[in-house]
Amino acid sequence: MSEQTKVDKKRRNLVVATSVVGGVAGVAAALPFAASMLPSDRAKAAGAPVEVDLSKLAPGEMAVIEWRGKPVWVIRRTKEMLESLKAVTAKLTDPASKSSEQPKYAENEYRSQKPDVMVMEGVCTHLGCSPQLKSAEAKAEMGGDWAGGFYCPCHGSKFDLAGRVFRGAPAPTNLKVPPYTFLSDSTLLIGEDQEKKGA
Amino acid sequence: MASRLQALWGWFDARMPSVAEQWKIHAAEYYAPKNFNFWYFFGSLAMLVLVIQIVSGIFLTMNYKPDAALAFGSVEYIMRDVPGGWLIRYIHSTGASAFFIVIYLHMFRAMLYGSYREPRELVWIFGVLIYLTLMGEAFFGYLLPWGQMSYWGAQVIVNLFGTVPFIGPDLALWIRGDYVVGDATLNRFFALHVIAFPLVLLGLVVAHILALHDVGSNNPDGIEIKKLKGPDGHPLDGIPFHPYYTVKDLVGAVVFLAIFCFVMFFVPEVGGYFLEHNNFVPADPLKTPDHIAPVWYFTPYYSILRAVPPLFNSQFPGVLAMGIATLILFFLPWLDRSPVKSIRYRGSLYKGWLAAFVVVFLILGYLGTEKTTVWGQFQVREGSLFDMLLDTKDIATWAARVCSVVYFLFFILMPWYTARDKVRPVPERVTA
Amino acid sequence: MKNILLALLLAPLTALAASGAARLDQSPHNPRDLVSVQAGARTYVNYCLGCHSIQYMRYNSLAALGLSEAQIKDNLMFTADKVGEPMKGPLDAKAAKTWFGVNPPDLSVIARVRGADWLYTYLRTFYRDPNTTTGWNNAVFPNVAMPHALWTLQGERALDAKTHKFSELSKGTLSVTEYDATVRDLVNFLVYASEPHAANRRTIGIAVLFALGVLFIFAYLLKKEYWKDVK
Repeated sequence: MSEQTKVDKKRRNLVVATSVVGGVAGVAAALPFAASMLPSDRAKAAGAPVEVDLSKLAPGEMAVIEWRGKPVWVIRRTKEMLESLKAVTAKLTDPASKSSEQPKYAENEYRSQKPDVMVMEGVCTHLGCSPQLKSAEAKAEMGGDWAGGFYCPCHGSKFDLAGRVFRGAPAPTNLKVPPYTFLSDSTLLIGEDQEKKGA
Repeated sequence: MASRLQALWGWFDARMPSVAEQWKIHAAEYYAPKNFNFWYFFGSLAMLVLVIQIVSGIFLTMNYKPDAALAFGSVEYIMRDVPGGWLIRYIHSTGASAFFIVIYLHMFRAMLYGSYREPRELVWIFGVLIYLTLMGEAFFGYLLPWGQMSYWGAQVIVNLFGTVPFIGPDLALWIRGDYVVGDATLNRFFALHVIAFPLVLLGLVVAHILALHDVGSNNPDGIEIKKLKGPDGHPLDGIPFHPYYTVKDLVGAVVFLAIFCFVMFFVPEVGGYFLEHNNFVPADPLKTPDHIAPVWYFTPYYSILRAVPPLFNSQFPGVLAMGIATLILFFLPWLDRSPVKSIRYRGSLYKGWLAAFVVVFLILGYLGTEKTTVWGQFQVREGSLFDMLLDTKDIATWAARVCSVVYFLFFILMPWYTARDKVRPVPERVTA
Repeated sequence: MKNILLALLLAPLTALAASGAARLDQSPHNPRDLVSVQAGARTYVNYCLGCHSIQYMRYNSLAALGLSEAQIKDNLMFTADKVGEPMKGPLDAKAAKTWFGVNPPDLSVIARVRGADWLYTYLRTFYRDPNTTTGWNNAVFPNVAMPHALWTLQGERALDAKTHKFSELSKGTLSVTEYDATVRDLVNFLVYASEPHAANRRTIGIAVLFALGVLFIFAYLLKKEYWKDVK
């Protein structure tokens, strides 16, 4: 090997070594800038879980709770409402919620931890409008066999009292169920469940 | 893999040959003198700080709120709630002061080696324009945290513009957008600081470097290396900027970053000089702090302003003096009548005056950070002649006046003492 | 030349002579003592938060001191429901202005404005003064609008105008050493609150300087190698 090639090799190696160290330093320097775009403490505080007092929620009533800027519906379902869920199964797009979003504890026939308390996001899975509650009494508007549920005014999607979408609607999946847990029999915490504390 | 990259480059180069062309002109075949010393790091460091300020500034803008009611809180939000926000804020505040340190040293190099002399007068002029733009950029930026010093510093400086005869009050009103510094002022200073002045700065820096590269760099001996060319047509004392000065400037950059990071991580406030204590008090239009001082990099000129007493019931003469103190820099290429460029070959007259200039600049700078009472009072007998003549007994004010006179004389007398000075013969080839 | 530079470097010291400020005791707080900062947080929430909000601190940022969310909720949260909320005081600004003449300032960054030594001295030099509206005065902040919020702990003292010495008028619940320790912890908390990421900053700084040291070695070797060409 000639002197010149030895020198060239040495220079190339030094350039590579310096570039590697410099590159690592550069990436490390970029990290805080990228991190600064993650949710801040203020955003996390605003998105913190919300406590709901269920003691005043009578059977058949629905409360609308704001969580992370979205409406979350909490319904005290009556026995009739729960019965009606079985009857409409044939008319639903995703009756077993296989393609829909819900925590594991909501993957049952009632889509909830406790049958009588339904928690779901009031955001239509089509394009994000908030559907309206249409009780079983609204048969004139919704049709003779309407057993109660929700109607989205934007493009006409219909959902039952477990948030499951009816066939023929533009919405593709059932209403999303957020993580939630019961702090006591009368206190519901929306936004956090037992496994993932601080989600 | 290597040949694929080469093919890709070939495709690009065939369609945009100016990239490779410009690389040749400004780096790979830009022949710079081989004897650049310590003083020659500060140009590339200034570019580095400019990039640092722009990048950190962009990320600050993602969370800062330019609203009088929200600004102070948004800075604390950045310091506490935004992940890594404190680091970005300190980078920007340290960078602002670092910019001025680097620029002052960069300008001093020009004074040492006559880098402003023919044919580089235009490089100098663009440079002074960059300096003035930078002062404006810093002034607008300083209002943004909306602390007490931000607010009252802006109030004072804008009122200075109000002393201009005839148009003053209207001018101040126009700058402020209101009768006092307020939300309107904050919003426009934000726009100027974030986009207008940075664009101007970038344009001026490009012009500055192009003007330099068109005539070639000066060097510590002040001789023109293009006078002696080798058989290949390149200056005998020149070396291509790339790789020699890219590699050397990398070392300079790492050392600079080490100092910068030491300050930023361990003493970001620098005793109140980089981040002023009083600026952690939210702006209060009803309460003036008992000591308003501009940030350290403006203090030499502030001192000159304060040294001039009101004349004809106007503060304008002081403002004028301060303005001339900055603008006189433009004339340096024509004030310097020495047959040689570099201090290495000049006589003791120039060396003495330059030393005096540095000393008074530093003293003026220090005095500008303090109240005028910092050095006490002259003890003068009541009713004596002195008592009647002296408009103020503050020793510091008189010191500032003497220093201001020396400052101006450095420039005004320069045509005389540089012409008279005993110079030594300059060498043919550069020395270390 | 060297003499001139030396004179210039020492010139700023003249400022100390001319400042005329009251002499300050050095604050003995240790920022690394998290238990002390926790104690300071408790003192703050019990004695200061009533008038002084510290709104740029969130309750959950106290978790960095080694406190659990439950501990924060039970012992320190009086003015908020959620642990992520800012520590705002309940005092209405307008009412405060009427009662005290001035709105008690928010203390989130007070340690950056005044410095730890000033705060440590200030909180220990209140004395009884019949000539003020509150009946209190302070050796470091003459005619301050704030009464001695910690007087039950320190007791009442008087200041002799000529000798500048304090004398005890009544005892507080804490001895002098205990009171000084309480103030030290409170100052420690205020210093922490004014820059919660300070400890993090210093740790990262060490790592960064080390990394730059390594980079310097490579960059320097690279430079030296290439500059062998230049004679």
